[in-house]
Amino acid sequence: MSTTVNSVATEAAGTYMLVRVAGEVDLSWSQQVRRAVLDALASGQPVAVDLSAVGYIDSSGIAALVEGLQGARARRQPFVLVAVSAPVRAVLELARLDSVFALAASADAAFAAS
Amino acid sequence: MNAPSPLIEVHGLQAWYGRRRILHGVDFSVVPGEIRVIMGGSGSGKSTLLRHLIGLQRPRDGSVRIFGVELGRASERELLAVRRKIGVSFQGGALLTSLSVGENVALPLREHTRLDESTIRIMSRLKLEVVNLGGFQDLMPSQLSGGMVKRAALARAIVMDPRLLFFDEPSAGLDPVVAAELDELILRLRDALRMTIVVVTHELESAFKIADTITVLDQGEILMTGTVGEVRASPNARIQDLLNRRPRAVQVDADTYLRRLTGEEA
Repeated sequence: MSTTVNSVATEAAGTYMLVRVAGEVDLSWSQQVRRAVLDALASGQPVAVDLSAVGYIDSSGIAALVEGLQGARARRQPFVLVAVSAPVRAVLELARLDSVFALAASADAAFAAS
Repeated sequence: MNAPSPLIEVHGLQAWYGRRRILHGVDFSVVPGEIRVIMGGSGSGKSTLLRHLIGLQRPRDGSVRIFGVELGRASERELLAVRRKIGVSFQGGALLTSLSVGENVALPLREHTRLDESTIRIMSRLKLEVVNLGGFQDLMPSQLSGGMVKRAALARAIVMDPRLLFFDEPSAGLDPVVAAELDELILRLRDALRMTIVVVTHELESAFKIADTITVLDQGEILMTGTVGEVRASPNARIQDLLNRRPRAVQVDADTYLRRLTGEEA
């Protein structure tokens, strides 16, 4: 049983938007994650999604991230997954998406170079 | 630390077709994260057992609990709730021939969720990618090979990310390379998506490759449940016959034999 509360929160972090996701992302609330990602993209700023506190993600959660990436690419907006936890990485690898997303250790590291 | 509660608990399950007893009081349980193989030859009762586990057949004697719900006593609503948490990949695929591969895979999401259409599209195509059928969503089932049908059926079975997946004869009728790919995929699904997986098979090689534990079924009885090593080392003659593919001697008493031939009581 997970002790982490499911949550998604967005903050403006200087030059980019940071979406922090925590808990077990499944069908029951993945649409909230999707909305948060799409709302962050609507700001027009680069977006980082922090997945360090995600203990499980199902394909509806992955779908939210894919939709975010697709939207970001269409607008040439940087979109990075940061501090990807091992369970999330396993699902990304299963779907061969680990090479599709930009992954970084931290949002600062991701956006420092740009 | 306490052992995790079993996802599947079967006690004293008996099944009959008419007067013929197919399952003779079956007991076993499956814990979360496990890959359990139910292995047996044809006529062992494994298909009947699977039908009970997925709620297609209600137990007449004994009990089957899935996610703590006793299927024999569950209301239709409770049964539906259990079915939404399980995925089943049937032996023949059971794809709807009038729908494309993509529509088949997306069907459970359209029936059971109110997800946004873009999410449904990505989720179903993601599962086609996972089973190596990426880009095949517009084909019709009749255009697929046997191995592709099995993989499409698996994609549909896992499209809702079930915590419990039943897979009936994954490698039957497939060439060895495709069968080995499916075995690998089963292992990856358990590891990445944390699925508990029950595989029903008569293929020894596949069973030994994927199983955490094997339940050996023969003539409606469980001969043993154990690890691959334990099953291989079992001194039980019927298990060794099965492992060495020796035909089993049919033993039947004279009265039963005559009754079967004549259809009359002796």
